[in-house]
Amino acid sequence: MEKFKTLTAVAAPLPMINVDTDKVIPARFLKTIKRTGLGKHLFDPMRYDDKGAEKPGFVLNKAPYRDARILIAGENFGCGSSREHAPWALLDFGIRCVIAPSFADIFFNNCFKNGILPIVLPQETVDELMEDAGKGGNATFTVDLEAQEIARPDGEKIAFEVDPFRKHCLLNGLDDIGLTLERGGKIDGYEGTQRGGQPWLWSGATPA
Amino acid sequence: MSRPRTLFDKIWDSHVVDTQEDGTCLLYIDRHLVHEVTSPQAFEGLRTAGRPVRRPEATLAVPDHNVPTTDRSQGVDDEESRIQLDALETNCAEFGVPYIPVTDIRQGIVHIIGPEQGMTQPGMTIVCGDSHTSTHGAFGALAFGIGTSEVEHVLATQTLIQRPAKNMRIAVDGALPNGVTAKDMILAIIGKIGTAGGTGHVIEYAGEAVRALSMEGRMTMCNMSIEAGARAGLVAPDETTFAYIEGRPMAPKGGQWEQAVAYWRSLPSDEGAVYDKEVTLRAADIAPQVTWGTSPQDVLPITGSVPDPAAIADTVRRESVERSLEYMGLAAGMPLSEVPVDTVFIGSCTNGRIEDLRAAAVVAKGRKVAEGVQALIVPGSGLVKAQAEEEGLDTIFLEAGFEWREPGCSMCLAMNADKLKPGERSASTSNRNFEGRQGPGGRTHLVSPAMAAAAAINGHLTDVRDLTG
Repeated sequence: MEKFKTLTAVAAPLPMINVDTDKVIPARFLKTIKRTGLGKHLFDPMRYDDKGAEKPGFVLNKAPYRDARILIAGENFGCGSSREHAPWALLDFGIRCVIAPSFADIFFNNCFKNGILPIVLPQETVDELMEDAGKGGNATFTVDLEAQEIARPDGEKIAFEVDPFRKHCLLNGLDDIGLTLERGGKIDGYEGTQRGGQPWLWSGATPA
Repeated sequence: MSRPRTLFDKIWDSHVVDTQEDGTCLLYIDRHLVHEVTSPQAFEGLRTAGRPVRRPEATLAVPDHNVPTTDRSQGVDDEESRIQLDALETNCAEFGVPYIPVTDIRQGIVHIIGPEQGMTQPGMTIVCGDSHTSTHGAFGALAFGIGTSEVEHVLATQTLIQRPAKNMRIAVDGALPNGVTAKDMILAIIGKIGTAGGTGHVIEYAGEAVRALSMEGRMTMCNMSIEAGARAGLVAPDETTFAYIEGRPMAPKGGQWEQAVAYWRSLPSDEGAVYDKEVTLRAADIAPQVTWGTSPQDVLPITGSVPDPAAIADTVRRESVERSLEYMGLAAGMPLSEVPVDTVFIGSCTNGRIEDLRAAAVVAKGRKVAEGVQALIVPGSGLVKAQAEEEGLDTIFLEAGFEWREPGCSMCLAMNADKLKPGERSASTSNRNFEGRQGPGGRTHLVSPAMAAAAAINGHLTDVRDLTG
């Protein structure tokens, strides 16, 4: 996983609530066995017409936002399907940070597994950032994960919260599985206890 | 005396392998269900790192999302689907994961077959790379959807890194009126609390109306917990639960059955357990529900009318409703029972079980599907299909003009050939009415199986109580 330290970029404003992961990437694009190459399908229904041509009105089709690496959206972003193809598509497009008043749980979790930083801020703050973001190519933001601060285009700093363990993993690009396997002895111990106390969980697990 | 605990607390506490200083837990996972869409990248990750699957025997894989629902004896035409389906089979063989092939009568939607095989049991932790894993909570198991990175994590370690969720209790008091089902109950709940109403929480469903439900009905409710934003849904295990599980292929056997049941009886929430949020509904207030918009919270009784966005003060919400109505091709004030449908879909992990097909058959019996309406019945598994055929339900459906298909996810998410064309409108027993969910430009109205059958017969959304009395 790529480390996340600081990010300076244009932010794309997407002032919509309840953006579901079907909207981020429809199911018909999930027939892949790879994690990469999904950026071209990001927000497909909003980004392209039924002939496959770009809709000029959609934010990511406008000049400064083609290079956006930050996305600012409305409440409950990423609701619906657990598909990790949603963060994969964002990442493949270049988005490394999503800012919203709230996120759906699974999407929020999936972001951290892919080096994307989701930031929750109060609605009023998101509204202000959304307005900044609307100023286009001249409005760049800097997200500093170590300091837990976003610098607005005018230089004002906004603090944000992040879970310490997730922050540590993002800053260092750590692989969760490697960390967990280091605790293999504890997993062995747990399994031994469960096998003794709840033996039915250990017999007949496989279908006949 | 220790602190009274909820059902969720008890399952959580009994699965914590290790707790870090900041409260992050390593949680043990008892069972892992796998399907073809969210697993290939996970197996690839294991292969690259040279890691085995820690407990293949606690894992079960089945193809469901991509499979055709027409004759599949000749394989799958769609190349991308075929590659993904082949990858699942190859990966399972390579890593020793039990696999139910599409040709097996037990094949079906992953959340139908777990319970059907007796794999799903109270007190377990169960995960799958699919948000509707919440279905299994009907058994009093902590079951939730995960992303592909977490699928890989579970395959490699049989654990997940998690923080505990908050507790939410939703009680539905009293008995459900005639014609009102588990699907109507969960839709009414989502309408009340919203699609983010359960975010960060595990919802325990309680109250007389929930206790009276069959396991099928409880699964329908828990299934759509994710549509209420919750991480998982739960129903306390009871005699209904034990009776459903007993004798199934993967259920505990012999002396272990008694031991398991004794443990399961200790799981229901303690008297005085505290919930972070509590919501109560009266069953008598719930009518058959139908969605009108593009979010499951956009739901009303069938007796209602399309809402008027002009009455909404908040700009973002008003624009959201305007956008929904434009997409849905509906005008404010139109009675919902006058909305015509082109397609009817009965199936999915929400409503693809035997009881759902029986409810639809009661309405279909002796009637005909309206001219111009295509009506699909897609059983949730091969065993559901066989059971329905044994009961003669297939004959009822075929005589009424419904199509009788092979099991799979089908038109719930349109990854196979079953999809709406742009502008087409469906009454669907599935779980999501998102834009494009059932095909690009398709318009979805979520309903119960009986309501879907009624819409097929009349050619428009219909109050099923008008047909069944």
